[in-house]
Amino acid sequence: MSSPQNLFVPTPTKNNLAGRGNSSKTDRDDRSFRYLMYAASGVSVAILILMVWKILEHAFPAIQRFGLGFLTAQEWNVTDERFGALPLIYGTLGSSFISLLIAVPIGLSVAIITSEDLLPQWLRTIVAFMIELIAAIPSVIFGLWGFYTFVPLLLPIQQFLHVNFGKSIPLFSTEPSGSGLLTAGMLLGIMILPTMAAVSREVLLVVPGYLRTGSMALGATRWETIFRVVLPKAFSGILGGVMLALGRALGETMAVTMVIGNSENISPSVFAPANSIPAILATKFAEADTDLHIGSLTYLVLILFVITLAVNVGAIGLVRLVERSGKS
Amino acid sequence: MKQSVAQSVANRLTTPLSPLRNLFNQGMTSLAFLLTIIGILPLVSVLWNILAKGFPGLTVDMFTKEIIEDGFANAVVGTFLMVGIASLLSIPIGIATGIYLAEYAPTSKINRTIRFLTTILTGVPSIVVGIFTYDIIVLATKELFKFSYSAVAGGVSLAIIMLPIIALTTEEVLKLVPTTFRLASSGLGGSRFQTITRVILPTALPAISTGVLLAIARASGETAPLLFTALYAQNWSENLLSPIASLPVLIFNLYNDPDPVKSQLVWTASLFLLGIVLVVNLPARLLTSRGR
Repeated sequence: MSSPQNLFVPTPTKNNLAGRGNSSKTDRDDRSFRYLMYAASGVSVAILILMVWKILEHAFPAIQRFGLGFLTAQEWNVTDERFGALPLIYGTLGSSFISLLIAVPIGLSVAIITSEDLLPQWLRTIVAFMIELIAAIPSVIFGLWGFYTFVPLLLPIQQFLHVNFGKSIPLFSTEPSGSGLLTAGMLLGIMILPTMAAVSREVLLVVPGYLRTGSMALGATRWETIFRVVLPKAFSGILGGVMLALGRALGETMAVTMVIGNSENISPSVFAPANSIPAILATKFAEADTDLHIGSLTYLVLILFVITLAVNVGAIGLVRLVERSGKS
Repeated sequence: MKQSVAQSVANRLTTPLSPLRNLFNQGMTSLAFLLTIIGILPLVSVLWNILAKGFPGLTVDMFTKEIIEDGFANAVVGTFLMVGIASLLSIPIGIATGIYLAEYAPTSKINRTIRFLTTILTGVPSIVVGIFTYDIIVLATKELFKFSYSAVAGGVSLAIIMLPIIALTTEEVLKLVPTTFRLASSGLGGSRFQTITRVILPTALPAISTGVLLAIARASGETAPLLFTALYAQNWSENLLSPIASLPVLIFNLYNDPDPVKSQLVWTASLFLLGIVLVVNLPARLLTSRGR
C-alpha cells in the first residue's frame, strides 16, 4: 500500500502517446467537427457583411444625387422625385422619444416593485412574468389593438387637450384624428416596456445587499435608499436597458405603421400624422419602381441601420461595463 | 455631559420620521404600484379584446377554407411552412454557432468579434431583414429561375431573424454546463467532438430547446420580413416557389377591410396566432423562470 514502486505505472512515452493518434478516425472527426462549427459561426457574420454591402450598393444612386443634404431636406415628393429624409427621421426619433417617456418610468417602477420586498415573492414573480409576456405578443396584433382599442381610447383625451390648450401650447395645435405621432409613441412605449423592465430588474437585483442595509442603518427610508444608493449604483445598467429598449422602438414596424398616420411631414404638434422609416419602408417599398425612389428608400434603410447600430453598440458596451464591474 | 449626548441620540432614534419624509416614502410606493398596474393593463386589454372579438366568430370552416372563401387555412399552412423552413435552416447553424462560441477558445479575439456581430444581427430591425432577403433571394431568383416571391424566401428571412437568437441562447446555456463535466469526459479519453456531442449537448438540451422555442414563437408572429418575401395569396399556393399567405400578413392586409366577414376573419386569425405564440411561449418562459 505504501510503496508505489510496486505498482506498474506506464510512463508516457512517445510511442504510448502516439497510440492515441492511431485512432485517426476520432482525430478526423474532431477536426472536421471543429471546422463545421467554425463555418456555421461565420454564417451570421457573412449575413451581416452582405447586408451592409447590399444596402450601400442600392442606396448609391440616392447617395450620389443627394449626398448628406438628404438628412436635412424636408420634402418627400415621389412625383417630382425630390426626396429628403428629415420628416422620416423626425417621425422615427420623435415616436421613439415619446415611447421612452412612457416605458422608462413604468419600466423602472415594475423593476423596483419586483426587486424590492414590497410584495411577497410569488406575487413579484407573477408581475414580472406578466410584463415579460407583453414581449411575446406579435407586433401586428399590437397594431390591431392600437387601431381598434387604443386610438378610440386616446381620442377624447387628445380632443380635450386640443380644445383647451391647443391655442397656447403648439404641441397640441392640430386637430387630433386619433392616429399620429403621440399615439404611435405611446403604443411603442407599451411594446418596449418588457425590455426596459427586464433589464432594469436584472441590474437592480445585483446591487449588493450591504449597500441597502448600510443606507437603511444610517436612517434613510426605503425610497431615499432607492434614489440615493440603489439607482445611482445601477445607473449604467439601467441606461443600457434604456438603449436596448430604444433600439427596439426605432426598428418597430407593423404597430407603428398602423397608427402613425403615414404622412411625411414635420409638425410641432404631437397629434399630427407622421411617418417613420420602418413604416414608410413597409408601405412604399413595394410600389417604388425608379432607381432613385428605390435608392432613396434604401438610403433610409442605411440611416435606420446606422442609428440602431449606434444605439445597440452603446447598449452592449454599457451592459458589458456593468458585468465587468459586477465581477470585480 | 455624556448623559445629554446619549439623551439626544435616544431622542433622535425615538422621534418618528418627519411628515415630509414619511409622505415621500408612502407616496413613491403608491406611485410605483400605480405605474406597475398601468403597465399590466395593456396586456390584459389586448388579451381580452382578441378573445372577445375573435372567439365568437370562430368556425370550423375557417380552418379548412382559403382566404378568398373567408377562411384562413392557407395562411395557417403558410405560417407553419415558413417557420418550418426557417427552423430547418437556423436551428442547426444557430446551435453550431453557439457551440463554437462557447466551446472553442471562448475568449479569443475572433470569437469576441463573432459574438459581437451576432449580437448586432439580433438588433437589426426586422423590416431591414425583409428588404435584404428580397434583394438576395427574390430579385436573384427572379432573374435566374423565373419565380420571385416564395415560401422559401419568406423562410429564409425568418431564419435570419431566428439564427442569432438561437446562437446566443445556446452559447449562454453551454457556458452553464459545469467544467467538471468537460474534465471528466476528457479524463476518460473523450475527444472534443465526443465530449460536446455525448456529454455537453445532452446536458444542455432542455435549455437549448427553450431558446429554440422562443425563437420559433418570435418568428411565427413576424410580419415585416414576410411583406416583400412571401408576399400574400388569397388561394392555396401551388408549391414552395410561389407567393404564400401567412397569418401575420393576413392580419395586416385585411385589418382595414370594410367587409365585416373579412374583419371577423382578422380577429379570429389574431386569436389563433396569439394562441400559437402563447402556447409555444408559456412552457418555455415558465421553464426559464423556474430555472432561476
